[in-house]
Amino acid sequence: MTAAKTIPDRAETPFAFSDANQAEVARILAKYPAGRERSAILPLLDLAQRQQGWISRSVVEAVTAVTGCPPIHVWEVATFYTMYNLAPIGAHHVQICTNLSCWLRGSDEVLRAARDVFGVGFGQTSADGTVTVSQVECLGACVNAPMMQIGDDYFEDLDYDSAKALFQAIKDGRPLTAGSQVGRQCSAPQDRMTTLTTDPTTAEGGRWTAPDSPAAGGSGAD
Amino acid sequence: MPKLTIDGIEVEAEAGMTVIQAADLVGIEIPRFCYHERLSIAGNCRMCLVEVKPGPPKPAAACALPVAEGMQVWTQSDLAKKARKGVMEFLLINHPLDCPICDQGGECDLQDQAMAFGSDRSRYHEHKRAVTEKYLGPLVKTAMTRCIHCTRCVRFIEEVAGVPELGMIGRGEHSEITSYVEQALTSELSGNIVDLCPVGALTSAPYAFHARPWELHKVQSIDVLDAVGSAIRVDARGNAVMRVLPRLNEEINEEWLADKSRHAIDGLRYQRLDRPYVREDGTLRPASWEEALRAVAGRLLATEPDRIAALAGDLADAEAMVLLKDLMGVVGSPHLDCRQDGAALDPADRAGYLFNPTIAGIEDADALLIVGSDPRWEAPILNARIRKRYLMGGFPIAVLGPRTDLTYAVEDLGNDPATLEALATGRHPFAETLAQASRPLILVGQGALARPDGAAVMGYVRRLAEAVGAVGADDWTGLAVLHTAAARVGGLELGFVPGAGGRDTAGILAGAEAGDIQVVYLLGADEIDTARLGDAFVIYQGHHGDAGANRADVILPGAAYTEKNATYVNTEGRMQQTWLAVHPPGEAREDWKILRALSAAMGKPLAQNTIRDVRARLAEVSPTFAPGNDGGIVPATSTPGFAAFTGRLEATPFASPVRNYYMTDPISRASRTMAECTDVFIHGKTHGTTGGDGGLTAAADSKRTGTDG
Repeated sequence: MTAAKTIPDRAETPFAFSDANQAEVARILAKYPAGRERSAILPLLDLAQRQQGWISRSVVEAVTAVTGCPPIHVWEVATFYTMYNLAPIGAHHVQICTNLSCWLRGSDEVLRAARDVFGVGFGQTSADGTVTVSQVECLGACVNAPMMQIGDDYFEDLDYDSAKALFQAIKDGRPLTAGSQVGRQCSAPQDRMTTLTTDPTTAEGGRWTAPDSPAAGGSGAD
Repeated sequence: MPKLTIDGIEVEAEAGMTVIQAADLVGIEIPRFCYHERLSIAGNCRMCLVEVKPGPPKPAAACALPVAEGMQVWTQSDLAKKARKGVMEFLLINHPLDCPICDQGGECDLQDQAMAFGSDRSRYHEHKRAVTEKYLGPLVKTAMTRCIHCTRCVRFIEEVAGVPELGMIGRGEHSEITSYVEQALTSELSGNIVDLCPVGALTSAPYAFHARPWELHKVQSIDVLDAVGSAIRVDARGNAVMRVLPRLNEEINEEWLADKSRHAIDGLRYQRLDRPYVREDGTLRPASWEEALRAVAGRLLATEPDRIAALAGDLADAEAMVLLKDLMGVVGSPHLDCRQDGAALDPADRAGYLFNPTIAGIEDADALLIVGSDPRWEAPILNARIRKRYLMGGFPIAVLGPRTDLTYAVEDLGNDPATLEALATGRHPFAETLAQASRPLILVGQGALARPDGAAVMGYVRRLAEAVGAVGADDWTGLAVLHTAAARVGGLELGFVPGAGGRDTAGILAGAEAGDIQVVYLLGADEIDTARLGDAFVIYQGHHGDAGANRADVILPGAAYTEKNATYVNTEGRMQQTWLAVHPPGEAREDWKILRALSAAMGKPLAQNTIRDVRARLAEVSPTFAPGNDGGIVPATSTPGFAAFTGRLEATPFASPVRNYYMTDPISRASRTMAECTDVFIHGKTHGTTGGDGGLTAAADSKRTGTDG
C-alpha cells in the first residue's frame, strides 16, 4: 500500500483555504511562537480536511505555504495519522470500531447494518457518495461498545437495529442523535448499579483501608 | 566528567555523551544502524541495545542514553545479546535475501552485523513486504524494499545538506522513505547518502553493478575538482578508476564528498589524450613522443624569448608548474601566469589569496560576509561547514553576491558592488555586525576578483577586513579567499606569475591576438578563450581533449590526478599529495616528466631527474612545499596597509565563475554522469526524458530497476 498512489494529480484538485478559514489559519498560527510554525501542521491539516473532506497534494502545498515548512514535513504528518483521509470520501464518514471490546459486543452486526443500508463495506464509498465506511481501531469508548464515529460524534451501545436506523437517517437526510442509542447516561451502568451498591463510607460497605495503616489494625490481612 | 564502566572497563566520559560514544572512546564496538556521529540521534533501529544498571530491567538504546556517574553497562551480557538478536530478526523480517545481486554486498552493515549478531536461521514464513522504487536523481539508485528505516539519509539531507526533501511517510509496516514528489535531490552532497545507507537501499547509480568491493584496490588520494582538496579514496580495478569515496579529514571534508568529486570520474575514461599529436596542414595527426618533443623544442628555441608565454590551468599540479616555470626561466621569458581567469590575486600578499581562517576555522567564526561567491556550487564541502556553523547559532550571515539559497538563512545585501564600498566605509549596518563580532569572517569568491575591477574589490575587502578587525589580530585572520581551481594556490605559492615586465593572462591573450606572442604553452589551460590565441603556435600539455587541445598545434598527453603522484595546495594553503591509483592511458606520462623530457630535447636539461628532486625544488621555492608539511598549512602573516588602496568599482553585479556546478573542468565536461546531472539539475529535465541518445536513456531506465525482493 502506497498512500502516494491514491493521490490524484494536484492539478485536478486545486485547494485554497476559504475566506472564513483564512481567519482560522491565522488564529492557529498565532498559537505557536515564531520559528515553531511546524507545530501548526496538525491543526491546519485538520482545518483543510474539514473544508475539503480529504488531504490532497494541493492541501499539503497550501499548508506548506502558510507554515513555511518543507512539503515533505507536511506530507509525513498527513500520511502518519490515520485520521487524515488521503483520498476523497463521502459526505458522511462512518468509522466503525472493530477492536476487541466492540467486536465482542457485536461490531460485526454494525457492519452488516451498513452493508444492508448503503451496500458498501470497509474502505468503500456508497454509490451516491453520501457515505464512506471505514474500519478503525479503538476510539476509547469501550464501556459503551460497540460504537462508531460519524463525523465528529460518537454513537454508542449499537446493535443491528439501532445502527440500521442511524444509517437510514443518514440516507434520508434526517438529523442524528449522538451518544448512547439505548439511553445510557454517559458511561453509567445501563439499567441499575451492579457495583458500589453499598455505602462505601461504612465498614459494611467495604470501606477500604491501606494495609499498613494503623486503622487496619496493623495486620495487613485485609 | 561522569565515570562509568562498560564491560568492566572504567570510562571517563564527558557529560552529555551517550553510552555509545563512551564505548567508542575505549574501542568497545556496539552495533548500530541509525546512529551516526555527525547526525542527530534518532534511536529508531534499536540495534545498539545494551544492559544498563541502574535502570529499568530492560535493555536500553546506547545511542540515546546519556552517560551518568556510576553507570554500569554490559554490551556482551546474555540480555544484551538476546535483545540484539531479536532486533536483528525483526530487521530481517522484511529485508530481502538478495545479497548476491545487491551492490552493497561485501560492504553492508546489515550483512556484517547479521553475521556477528544475528541468528543463523529465520523463523519467518510470511511474505516480505515490497516497496516501490523512488526516483532520487541520476546519482542515487534506490531499492527501497531493502530499507530498514534508519532515517540516516533523511537526517543527512535535512541537517548537513540543508535541503529538506526526504522524509519517511506512512507508519509502521507501511513506512517508506521518499521525497515529496518524485524529483531529484537538489543537493550537491546527495552522493553521501549512499555512503550513509547501512544497507543496499541507496546505492550509487553510476557505479551500479560495476564492481565488487573486494575486487578493487584502494588508494588514498585527494580530490582536485574543486579547491578544497577533499580527502578521497580512489577505488580502481585493473587500470580503471571505478569509484571515488570520501576519506576522513576533519580539517577539510569531515567524511563528506561533493557529488562532482565523487561522480565525475567516468570523465577520466572519455576524451583522453593518450598519445602525442602534431598539427599538420590544419589537422592533428598522431605522432611519437620524440617527434612531438622535437617540434616543441625546435619552436621554443627558434622563437625570441619575449614572444613565448605559458599558462597553467586549473588542474595543474605543483611539480609540473614549477618545472614549467623553471623552463620558462631557461627560455628567458617572463610571460607566465596561473590565473587563467585573470583574478586580481597578488602573489606577494599571501594573506590576500588564502582562505586564512581555514575550513575547520569557520566553526570558530561568529559573523560572515560572503562577497561575490556562491559557495554552494564553488565548494559544496565548505558550504556544508558554513551550514554546520550556522546551525550552532549566533552566526549572522550576509551575502553580497549572486546567490542566496545557500542552505542557510542569510541577509541578502543584493548584488551591487557599490554596497561593498558602503560596507568598507562603515555606512552599511552589516559592517557594524562584523565589527561587533570577535571573529568576523569575510569570504571573497573568484566571481568578485576575476573581473576588471578585481583589484578594487580586493582593496575594499581588505579595507573592510581591517576596519572590522578581521585582519591584524594575533589569533584570527578572517579574510578568506575561496578559490575554485585546485591548481591556483599552488601556482601562486610557487610564483607561477609574470616575471619582471611579463604579461599576465590578459596580456598574453592580447599579445597572441596581436601577434606579439608567437608561442603559447598551455599546461592544462582550458578555461581561456582559445579563439584569442590568434596565429600563435600552441602547445597543449594535458589529459583531456578539451578547448586547449582543440586549438593546439602540438599535444603532449599528460596524466590526470588519479594517475600521478602530484602535489596540490588547496584554498587554505594546505599542501597535499595525490597518489597514483592507475597508470595514465596509452602513451600519456606524468606531467613533470614531460617537461623534464622537453628540457632535454631542447638541449637545456633541468636539474631534476626524479620526483624527489622536483619536490626538493618545490621546497626551495616555497616553505609550503617543505618535506613533512604534507597536509599542513604555513599560515600567512597578514600585512595591514592595503587599506589605503581605493579603486573604482564597476556597477556590474558579481557573478559566480561556476555557471554549472556539474561541468567546471575537462574531466567533468567529459563525464557522462555529469552530463546527465546537467540535464536534470541545470536544464530541469525530469526523469524519463533524460538525454537525447539511447545510451543515456537506457542508463536512466536501468537505475529504476530494483529487486524483486
